[in-house]
Amino acid sequence: MLSDDLRDLYQQVILDHSRNPRNSGELPPPCLHAHGDNPSCGDEIDVWVRVSDTGHIDDLKFTGQGCAISQASASMMTQKIKGKSKDEAAAVREDFRRVVMGDGAPVNEDALGELILLEGVQKFPQRVKCAMLAWRALEQALESK
Amino acid sequence: MDWHRIRSDFPILDQQVNGHPLVYLDNAASSQKPRAVIQTLSHYYERDNSNVHRALHELSNRATEAFEAARKKAAHFIGAASDDEIIFTRGTTEGINLVANTWGTQNLRAGDVILITGMEHHSNIVPWQLLAQRTGATLKYIPVLDDGTLDEASIETLLTEQVKLFAFVHISNSLGTINPAKELCTKARAVGAVTVLDGAQSAGHMPIDVRDLGCDFFVFSGHKMCGPTGIGVLYGRMALLETMPPWHGGGEMILTVSMESSTYKAPPHRFEAGTPNIAGVIGLGAAIDYLEAIGLEKIQRHDHNLTNYAVQRMGEVPGIRILGPQGGHRGALAAFHLDFAHPHDLVEFANSHGVAMRGGHHCTQPLMKRFKVPGTTRASFYFYNTLEEINRLVEVLLLARKFFT
Repeated sequence: MLSDDLRDLYQQVILDHSRNPRNSGELPPPCLHAHGDNPSCGDEIDVWVRVSDTGHIDDLKFTGQGCAISQASASMMTQKIKGKSKDEAAAVREDFRRVVMGDGAPVNEDALGELILLEGVQKFPQRVKCAMLAWRALEQALESK
Repeated sequence: MDWHRIRSDFPILDQQVNGHPLVYLDNAASSQKPRAVIQTLSHYYERDNSNVHRALHELSNRATEAFEAARKKAAHFIGAASDDEIIFTRGTTEGINLVANTWGTQNLRAGDVILITGMEHHSNIVPWQLLAQRTGATLKYIPVLDDGTLDEASIETLLTEQVKLFAFVHISNSLGTINPAKELCTKARAVGAVTVLDGAQSAGHMPIDVRDLGCDFFVFSGHKMCGPTGIGVLYGRMALLETMPPWHGGGEMILTVSMESSTYKAPPHRFEAGTPNIAGVIGLGAAIDYLEAIGLEKIQRHDHNLTNYAVQRMGEVPGIRILGPQGGHRGALAAFHLDFAHPHDLVEFANSHGVAMRGGHHCTQPLMKRFKVPGTTRASFYFYNTLEEINRLVEVLLLARKFFT
């Protein structure tokens, strides 16, 4: 009944993250913050990041509204990135981008963990911007210092 | 009326999408085209293609004749007093921009008010914002009530003699509200305001008589009423058109050109610079012929029955909230919010079941804000849709509920 592509896009883990987002909320200052939106579809994400003196992401949270893909991607991102250095975060982000865009193989697939489940987005080019929304906001927040 | 036979006039509807029969419910964005229109376009390109109005050869004569015949059809279609009141545009958006940049620029001054409503499409907001910025006029909005209708009390207070121009949508593309156009035009006339009626969702769905409605300008698009894309009509009352300066300059719109200055043709040609969308115009003429052969009253009644049935059946889906007037008086669309799925997820899910709908803000962001929804999903209907397709829509909504919760 359901196409395989659609099942791949909306796997249970992804739906679970979208219904019960992890690390939801705001961080109190001092922290870095960025807002991201997709004006064409109305998805919005705010990301708050606390970076330690050693350049590690000690904590991050997000709030937002939008489709299951954008919200699940944000939730999974916060889990994956917490504790990573800024460089490690950038590497994961690049690998994730490759996976959702179908733009070459990730350098370190293992490091993606369950983020690899969003691979199904490849088949839905219009949804790439949904999957990348939180990651763009994270990048902006990290550059905002 | 044999609506199933009429459906077979539309070759595109007979196909599978993602392994399911196509159920096309995105008609408010663009309608499908009957074979008669498609054949008119290919006949034009295969037999008559040529530039219009100037050449004296056979093909140009044929093209010009078909082109001006379409103008006559369009005039009759909306009850214009004269063919010369029909200006061909790229669509509704261009028609509104033309009025804003000609009549608007010429007549609006600082302190004047441009009045629109809270349920306008961006194309009936942004040109007026730009005009207000250019002229110092103020843009005001008639608020929308919770039931999707205009706040009548506010109309009384906002429609003052300061209002020089009142632009409003005939049928809302997001709510389905049918505004009382005739009554509003009468009120506007009483304060001396010029009216612009956005007919993008009404033309082709109901009989239009601009003189009975009493509007000064009426705009619509061909592609939402079985015609080609890239063609539309601006109707203007001749008394106004005659006073308006040109907008685009170029060939076709001039009488004489010297190095210093030019003189311009009378309407409508004054407003049709450059080689027009000839095939589009002729295709629009074919669409009008097609719709009139069925009958606009019959289409309106059938649309109404389909929409009523849809709203009633969709109401069975738990967690649904349908925006707009809750009674039967609405245009052929139902936009809704579901508490279990975001519009884009739902549209994706429906697409995988062959059902084409639209999700998002529908180019009415202020309205989405007003109803506190990030966007909605919209099912919109036309006369070739069937009750079976609406049953299928409801089935897919129920499947989506199971899938997303």
